[in-house]
Amino acid sequence: MNEHVRVAIVGGGPAGLTAAAALARHLGDGVLLIEREQETGGIPRHSDHLGYGIRDLHRFVSGPGYARRLTAAARAAGARLETGAMVTGWACERSLEVTSPRGRRVVHAGAVVLATGARERPRPARHIPGDRPDGVYTTGQLQQLVHLHHRDVGRRAVVVGAELVSWSAVRTLRAAGCRPVLMTTADAHATLRRAGRVAFGVPVLTGTRVAAVNGHGRVTSVDLEDLRTGRRHRVPCDTVVLTGDWIPEHELARTGGLDLDAGTRGPRVDTALATSRPGVFAAGNLLHPVDTADAAALDGRHVAGAVLAYLAGGAAGGADGGAGGVELRCAAPLRWIAPQLIRPGGPAPVRGRLQLWCATYRAFPRVVAVQDGRRVGAARLPWPAAPGRVFRVPFTLVAGADPAGGPVTVTLDR
Amino acid sequence: MTAQDSYDVAVIGAGIVGAATARLLGGTSLSVALLEARDDVGDGTSKANTAILHTGFDATPGTLEARLVARGYTLLGDYAAATGIPVERTGALLVAWTGEQQRALPALRAKAERNGYTHCELVDAGQVYQKVPALGAGALGGLTVPGESITCTWTTNLALAVDAVNRGVTLLRGHRVTGAEVGPAVTRLHTTGGAVTARWVINAAGLHADTVDRLFGYERFRVTPRRGELYVFDKLARPLVPCIVLPVPSKAGKGVLVSPTVYGNVMLGPTAEELPDRTATGTSAQGLAFLLERGRELMPRLLEEEVTATYAGLRAAIDRDDYLIDVAAGHRYVLVGGIRSTGLTAGMAIAEHVARLLRDALDLTPRGGLPDPPRMPDLGEAAGRPFRDPAAIGADPEYGHIVCFCERVTRGEIRDAYRSPIPPADLDGLRRRTRAMNGRCQGFYCGAQVGELMRTHGGAR
Repeated sequence: MNEHVRVAIVGGGPAGLTAAAALARHLGDGVLLIEREQETGGIPRHSDHLGYGIRDLHRFVSGPGYARRLTAAARAAGARLETGAMVTGWACERSLEVTSPRGRRVVHAGAVVLATGARERPRPARHIPGDRPDGVYTTGQLQQLVHLHHRDVGRRAVVVGAELVSWSAVRTLRAAGCRPVLMTTADAHATLRRAGRVAFGVPVLTGTRVAAVNGHGRVTSVDLEDLRTGRRHRVPCDTVVLTGDWIPEHELARTGGLDLDAGTRGPRVDTALATSRPGVFAAGNLLHPVDTADAAALDGRHVAGAVLAYLAGGAAGGADGGAGGVELRCAAPLRWIAPQLIRPGGPAPVRGRLQLWCATYRAFPRVVAVQDGRRVGAARLPWPAAPGRVFRVPFTLVAGADPAGGPVTVTLDR
Repeated sequence: MTAQDSYDVAVIGAGIVGAATARLLGGTSLSVALLEARDDVGDGTSKANTAILHTGFDATPGTLEARLVARGYTLLGDYAAATGIPVERTGALLVAWTGEQQRALPALRAKAERNGYTHCELVDAGQVYQKVPALGAGALGGLTVPGESITCTWTTNLALAVDAVNRGVTLLRGHRVTGAEVGPAVTRLHTTGGAVTARWVINAAGLHADTVDRLFGYERFRVTPRRGELYVFDKLARPLVPCIVLPVPSKAGKGVLVSPTVYGNVMLGPTAEELPDRTATGTSAQGLAFLLERGRELMPRLLEEEVTATYAGLRAAIDRDDYLIDVAAGHRYVLVGGIRSTGLTAGMAIAEHVARLLRDALDLTPRGGLPDPPRMPDLGEAAGRPFRDPAAIGADPEYGHIVCFCERVTRGEIRDAYRSPIPPADLDGLRRRTRAMNGRCQGFYCGAQVGELMRTHGGAR
């Protein structure tokens, strides 16, 4: 079975839905969004608390409400949203193999937008030793259990990680009648530590790692180790939630042979969100694990313009398409930067900002950009760089880079 | 399943060896019970295996193990083809990293020949890197073992047990043997699931074979559980490892290997640590750290890939260098002990060997009209899994409904597992039958949904 569409969007979270809505205003039902879950909306579907839609919709709504609004907008614009269908691989350059209860088919697209999002690293990937009892979840699994399937979790939970999502997990635990007794992070800094303590009464242990999970059948405790002193202590609990520590859901990007970035582990993109393959674009947390849902949605709006330009034959697209460009890199304590390429004549990035991830806390960070040994930009920012959330830097920092020069490295200055 | 009054034979332990033995005896006119302490077959030492179908090239020549592994290699290979147990003929490469190891290679080839395996070849460093380009620096040479293959230990165990049940064997799960009364004509076994009476008893209790042996009044060997910890890397790493990469064995054991799996992952391990505790199936910080250190030397690029799972399993090592298979005709009792990790390959040959030992005591004439071997769901990545089979989806849309995205497991496959003659008893049992939740997300996407399907038996009820 074969099908031809103008644009195929893989993934129906905030980025994919917003891209679908923006593209369908021009292409109507030539836009096909393919979602493997039974409902579109992505992670907000099961993040049942307020705080969504601020930057993109200028509203303050719940996760499920946000998912419904984005879905309705994409549908109203004329996009086709196919749920319960999974893209399992590539048939060729811009052709996707799709499995659904309706059959197995190949979708040939004029352009492809990958918006497959990110997931939290599970326990094995965090190298946490010990037994393998029940009661160990990622936030994603916990929230689906509680909010989509209305299942009980335990009574006493330890939350591992202190990112924005960790506080989302705390809310879910409370809603499920499970007491979060402790939050723990290996970082020296915890996002929203004071506010969280006031709002939820959950103490946060920084500089601490989980040395073991104990229990046969069900979790009975975790062993925590203070990274400074090496001292260990045991915390009784029947539930452990592993939060944050995101990795892009990048299988299609990799099996498709797209260039990947070693920092984000997502596909490398230019400021228009074009990947290394002409006609294949990417948006959302596949590119920056992870930013907030509204930031992912704004990627979706941004990528739509680039896709339309590509379909009109105006944009070269493809980082190895001979168009050249200046590569963006970062250095410690910055872990990754996105996008990674400035192409001559390309647009400014989404909201005129570069996205970065910082491993340490800096209250008023001074960022510098260096190209070929020459400082091309410097700025002191009025907002902090903090682990556990995306650190934004104005694109103007690198505006002075020589388009014919070598890579630009962004770093923090003392 | 309930116990009838009395059986001709009771087999204790539904691991690979017990299931293979029950299956073989089930093909005669004897009545056979297969007793399993746990709630599922293959839930002990048989489930945590490196899943290599061994040629037996490196066994100690002249031992029973050497003979049965070589024979089992052929038996299981043929049985796999008949039942759909996944097997990939990847071959293995022993890699020498020191001069001493390199000098040991010709002797290993000679040993393989004494075991009847004549296909090993010595290769130089250039050929080693040609075969496995991602190997770490410093390899000096190698020895190829083209016959070594990878398979699925879970499906093997399940196929043998299903086959046994189809042949009329009574499978009694949740029957841990706690006592044995050997009478003049029958033996009465006390179990956690009630008493079971049989004329003959075969002890294939794996890790607990010595405990059961003592119930029969023997004090002749001791099982020392040897913990093996494993890392399973993301499927995206599979191209790095085209074949099984083995270390040159030393006195300290077989060492750490890197191997592809039939599910499309890469495995690094195992460790080998003797433990007093037979329930210590957890991973340890030291074990994982050791594997990562070895992995960094063996294949640095592998460590850049994501980890999908860590496992720890216990091998039933005993205090001697061979299988311990013994018939006590007076007690009508057979011990099948000391079957270590080679038991996956040797299982069917061990069953054959046990039958040969019993041919004077029992009528083992094959029964006519036996059912065909079961056709198992092929969990192998190389197979045409249902999600990519248009005909299967056309005939049954449930095969197009993917539940576990990472492993592409469909609702149809989960339902089938519950409809099978030996349905899963818990989540781990479902994972072993379908691969659901065994993928890189470990349940982030599908965990809640798979839990629901467990409750409804995949829509089978």
